[in-house]
Amino acid sequence: MTKPKTHRFDTLSLHAGAVPDPATGARATPIYQTASFVFPDSDHAAALFNMERAGHVYSRISNPTVAVLEERIAALEGGVGAIATASGQAALHLAIVTLLGAGAHIVASRSLYGGSHNLLDYTLPRFGIRTTFVDARDADAWRAAIRPETRLLFGETLGNPGLDVLDVPRVAAIAHDHGLPLLVDSTFTTPYLMRPFEHGADLVFHSATKFLSGHGVVIGGVLVDAGTFRWDEGAAKGKFPTLTEPYKGFHDMVFSEESTTAAFLLRARREGIRDFGACMAPFTAFQILQGVETLPLRMERHVANARTIARFLSTHAFVESVGYPDLPSHPDHALAQRLMPRGCGAVFSFSIKGTRAQGRKLIESLDLFSHLANVGDAKSLVIHPASTTHFRMSADDLLRSGITEGTIRLSIGLEDPEDLIEDLSRALYVAAKV
Amino acid sequence: MQLHVEGRAVYAYTGARTLSPSQPTVAFVHGAANDHSVWALQSRYFAHHGFNVVALDLPGHGRSEGPALSSVEAIAQWIVRALDAAEVASATLVGHSLGALACLAATASAPARVGKLALLGPAVPMPVSDALLDAAKADDHVAYELINGWSHSAARKLGGNRVPGMWMTGAALRLMERTPPGVLYTDLSACNAYAGGLAAAASVRCPTLAILGQRDLMAPPKSASAMCEALGDCRAVTLAGAGHAMMAEQPDAVLDALRAFV
Repeated sequence: MTKPKTHRFDTLSLHAGAVPDPATGARATPIYQTASFVFPDSDHAAALFNMERAGHVYSRISNPTVAVLEERIAALEGGVGAIATASGQAALHLAIVTLLGAGAHIVASRSLYGGSHNLLDYTLPRFGIRTTFVDARDADAWRAAIRPETRLLFGETLGNPGLDVLDVPRVAAIAHDHGLPLLVDSTFTTPYLMRPFEHGADLVFHSATKFLSGHGVVIGGVLVDAGTFRWDEGAAKGKFPTLTEPYKGFHDMVFSEESTTAAFLLRARREGIRDFGACMAPFTAFQILQGVETLPLRMERHVANARTIARFLSTHAFVESVGYPDLPSHPDHALAQRLMPRGCGAVFSFSIKGTRAQGRKLIESLDLFSHLANVGDAKSLVIHPASTTHFRMSADDLLRSGITEGTIRLSIGLEDPEDLIEDLSRALYVAAKV
Repeated sequence: MQLHVEGRAVYAYTGARTLSPSQPTVAFVHGAANDHSVWALQSRYFAHHGFNVVALDLPGHGRSEGPALSSVEAIAQWIVRALDAAEVASATLVGHSLGALACLAATASAPARVGKLALLGPAVPMPVSDALLDAAKADDHVAYELINGWSHSAARKLGGNRVPGMWMTGAALRLMERTPPGVLYTDLSACNAYAGGLAAAASVRCPTLAILGQRDLMAPPKSASAMCEALGDCRAVTLAGAGHAMMAEQPDAVLDALRAFV
């Protein structure tokens, strides 16, 4: 039997969610730069507000341009839907506040982006939500940290900044054994390198500022729901009242009854985006869409360049170590080969055989690499985590995250790799002479 | 709402409303490997516009206790028992695909219980290919993929969902994946074996609406022609460009057709 046509990743990157504009025939997705949308009549207006008809009311809740991006990322991830947010941080916040309230608890990998660590360790406790951080590689630690009030497990596909690979199947199994969902930050891998839902994750979010965009000109995030987690069954029963009990804020809607597979997204949009308001602007969505169109091509080149640079550094006399899971020397190399066979992204760290001052000299001697706080740009980037993204962490905490005060993080761009090697060679030479 | 039918727990979505004896009732019946949520927009509209809504999860589907029923006739009898349990004397029946066949059979067997009948994506007969039946019998995931592929028009396979942010084919696949093992095969076998469609249609006396998808590969419009002829009072509405998953693909058009009819 011939199977019906389904579209592949590269095709979905270009087309998913978009149709030629019915009003004008425009092939590119138009930027619907409008705050609100005219109602055909009063009954239609009421039906839109009450989720009896589908459509757009106000661009904080939904917008046609933003919706194309949401559909596209959901398609690429293999989810049921998505919500685009003002930033990756807003996506993480939206996921948490949709499921958790005061008194609830999170178990998270210790290897997190500094911004995520700040939110979990310093800010959310003020609102009654606490987090226990564990070694991402220690399955027993994940299990032991789960309490009766735990409602979420959270990690990054590639931990920041040490690049430890999250064993998504194993952590998802631990989460599911306890009736809990696993949320994964997939920013470093993008769906091109890894689709966490295929390995058991329940929710995925991205900082769309990074590889999804590729151009480094916007801030945005996307939160995607696999639609697989059963919020009101088995060990999860009773743990997620925001989804399984009547919500006074929306006509006593029980989201898990309203939508069998998208209860989480319904609540997140009808409460989280509505009330917290961290929505994405249509122009931002348009710009991210331009990036997503070339995501497969760019990620292939990012990975190829990163492999070349990592190999170069790993044999350099002034380099102590290179932390890149694509290299056999990385402790998670075998896991990375299994979970991300197309490659381990284009962000990695290395340490020099030198002092902190020599590290600074190296960064200041680079010409092509831009010294800034971002990753996933088409241009190559460099940063010193201990003095920037992770500056709040003690030396011991840095070590527990898999880095040292001398660690330098690179985000490898799309330049000719020989030019990048020449830039690094010269900077390493200058730093070694200090 | 929770019902008990023939000793088993049954779930029916009501739009978070309590049924009122003074209001007319619309009962929705889903198709194979689906549940009440395929009617989300349409059922919620009626529930908030002066109607009682009973969007049923068939046995073995969604939140209703199994096992799944093995014939269209058995589902038809069960629908009437479910109306009994909900204390609904008469309702407009709205069915999709397998649910349409069951509503047709229920109307023929219990005409006093059905005021109007709406059939979405019906085919009489509704043959199922051996390859699909074999895949479903083996609980092979490819069965869901085949149905998902055939149920959506080519245009909607690339998205453009009216519901902001939702990936239509992903959501449809995920819903089917929730079906317990064996249920899809039971459902498809019931469709394949049902031979009483034309006779049932000939006996129906209430007003009937057929909503057909122009691009429906699962139940092409022509496969409903004989049924429409046999029905005494049938109005057919063909949705341009729509596939079998018409409630998701064209929710407003489906709702408008139902509003005009009900």
